[in-house]
Amino acid sequence: MLTLHQVAKRFGDTAALHPLDLTVAPGRTLVVIGPSGCGKSTLLGLMNGLIAPDGGTVHFDGRELTAETLIPARRRMGYVIQEGGLFPHLTAGANVTLMGRVLGWDRDRIAARLGELSALTDFPADALDRYPIELSGGQRQRVGLMRALMLDPDLLLLDEPLGALDPLIRFELQAELRDIFRTLGKTVVMVTHDLGEAAFFADTILLMRAGRVVQQGGIDDLAERPADPFVTRFMEAQRGRWDGRGAGGGG
Amino acid sequence: MIRAAALAVFALGVLTGAGAASAAGEVRIGSKKFTESVILGEAARLLIAETGAIVRHRRELGGSRVLWNALIRGDIDVYPEYTGTLRAETLAGLGLKDDAALEDALSARGLRMSPPLGFNNTYALGMVESRAEALGIRRISDLLAHPNLRLGFGNEFMDRADGWPALQRRYGLPHADVRGLDHDLGYRGLRAGDIDVMDLYSTDAEIAYYGLRVLADDLGHFPAYHAVFLYRADLARRAPEAVAALTRLAGRLDDRSMARLNGRVKLEGRSEAETAAEFINATLGLGLEAQAASLWARLWAATLEHLTLVAVSLGAAILVSIPLGVIAFRHPGPGRVILGIVGAIQTLPALALLVFMIPLLGIGGPPAMVALFLYSLLPIVRNTHAGLHGIDEPLRRSALALGLGGRDRLFRIELPLAAPVILAGIKTSAVINVGTATLGALIGAGGYGQSILTGIRLDDTALILEGAVPAALLALAVQGGFELAERRFVPRGIAPQSRMA
Repeated sequence: MLTLHQVAKRFGDTAALHPLDLTVAPGRTLVVIGPSGCGKSTLLGLMNGLIAPDGGTVHFDGRELTAETLIPARRRMGYVIQEGGLFPHLTAGANVTLMGRVLGWDRDRIAARLGELSALTDFPADALDRYPIELSGGQRQRVGLMRALMLDPDLLLLDEPLGALDPLIRFELQAELRDIFRTLGKTVVMVTHDLGEAAFFADTILLMRAGRVVQQGGIDDLAERPADPFVTRFMEAQRGRWDGRGAGGGG
Repeated sequence: MIRAAALAVFALGVLTGAGAASAAGEVRIGSKKFTESVILGEAARLLIAETGAIVRHRRELGGSRVLWNALIRGDIDVYPEYTGTLRAETLAGLGLKDDAALEDALSARGLRMSPPLGFNNTYALGMVESRAEALGIRRISDLLAHPNLRLGFGNEFMDRADGWPALQRRYGLPHADVRGLDHDLGYRGLRAGDIDVMDLYSTDAEIAYYGLRVLADDLGHFPAYHAVFLYRADLARRAPEAVAALTRLAGRLDDRSMARLNGRVKLEGRSEAETAAEFINATLGLGLEAQAASLWARLWAATLEHLTLVAVSLGAAILVSIPLGVIAFRHPGPGRVILGIVGAIQTLPALALLVFMIPLLGIGGPPAMVALFLYSLLPIVRNTHAGLHGIDEPLRRSALALGLGGRDRLFRIELPLAAPVILAGIKTSAVINVGTATLGALIGAGGYGQSILTGIRLDDTALILEGAVPAALLALAVQGGFELAERRFVPRGIAPQSRMA
């Protein structure tokens, strides 16, 4: 689905990402995790071309991302960010259907797709006419997801999608979101700094530190076969969060 | 968008060009910005109108140089001028000896002048009659015997080559107490006894009003300033009856009559049109009527002129500025140049900008519109740039990540998000434009500024308010209009918080 070959990025004197090879398998969920500044958001930005690599290539569905292929490729990649990144001048419904209108879909097709998506995300129909500022945090996140799914993309990129929500809403949405991914069978790349969330969603976890991948594998691999003392330290620091003992950290 | 900008410039060109073209069939008279010139302009208008020609008088266009250039360019066909001014100032470089030489020089430039009207509005020196009588002063030479007299001269007279420096040399005047002051203040100073002698224009109405004695220029220092109508030679072909009409007052208007007419307007508060009509009727036995426009008719005409100036210049500025702001935002290099240039235009005083337009576009509405257009650019360009620049990074990323092309990003996301800031810029431009447009009257564009200008000349507060109050009200109305537009067009989602409840 997505192949990164020797992709690297510097911001000024700092290497945000050292040369990296990565393949994202179709229909699977890859969660990228690590402490702040480890390069995980940079990695996500490189995948849909929001960030141009200093070196290396990114291939999406067999084609290299270039100036020409970028826009069609992005239309096949849904992208969700914290708080949804909703356009404040458009209503919830207009945010979701924006790309349908840009592509010249007819009214019925747009209305039908909007109906499907609000059913899928359990979003109340009467709230579709509200502006983002009039919605709750959880509702905004659902709108962001619907907008990303509008064109039925092959790949979903999520950058800390639930980061700004309070714990209860977040807990509910995590469950709903996983159900949606399973229902749709999408390829998903999610960035988070929360190990519990990573464990909950991931087929594969990519643990990063200072612009490098420390370990890649399932949650059990990381817990039982740490590649580096840092992996253990990172797991320890967050363990309390997901086994229910001790003080909650990282939430 | 580039097309929209080009269209705007084209529309401005058509509109301003149309303004000039519509004047082609009529006789256009100009006058300088002092009362005597306006009265003579009105006299010419009445006489030409009497022949059945369509005639328009653009009053108070400026000083001699502005009127001369307007005549040469063909913005006007006729204006009242003084032979002395032409010989000693406008065409001073030619060293013209007499009025015959002047006629030759004029015809070489495609101009003609009417026979002199009769009066000679030259410089003179004056004193309070009783004081002059007590000291026995009748002629300028008599001043030699009184070196302690205090002299007060208008600032222009102090500076002009044919003014005080030459006068002092010619008569060998020994006076040490000589000061420059405003001409109108001179009369008050003379009456209050602060000064003893001042310079006069020989047709000043104040000479009789203040009871002044005009000292004889016994050495013949001051040249003759015979009043004539100066007109374009092609007018004789286009409207021969108009040229004939201009000769009807030849030799009929002497110094005393002119001073009396000036007094009617300046001291008695009559209109220039009435005053000119009365004189023509009495002199030529005609029955002309000067229809004085009612206050409401004047206001309506001024409002139309003012709104046209504002609408054309602001409309074009909006269509050009928003694309410029977008370009400045998308391309930071050229953007700095664009912001620098429109910023530099803004630092020019509005008055200077208007005057710069005269050599390029002449006088009247078009140059004023162009000046106002240039003046309206900065707030809109800057706010467009700032509004686009101020869009939150996550929104910018979202728009890109959705796969929106540059055009869709601009029109569906960026411009709508920047709309409140852009509208604020347009509102600022509009309010500045309404105020600045009053200056357009200085170059003959009409509007509310015309009343203000005339009011200042006649020291008539009511007339000043007749222009100033509507201009202020219009500025408020424009501001209110834009606030309504904001309510209407800015979506609820990005409206100011106060309106969210």
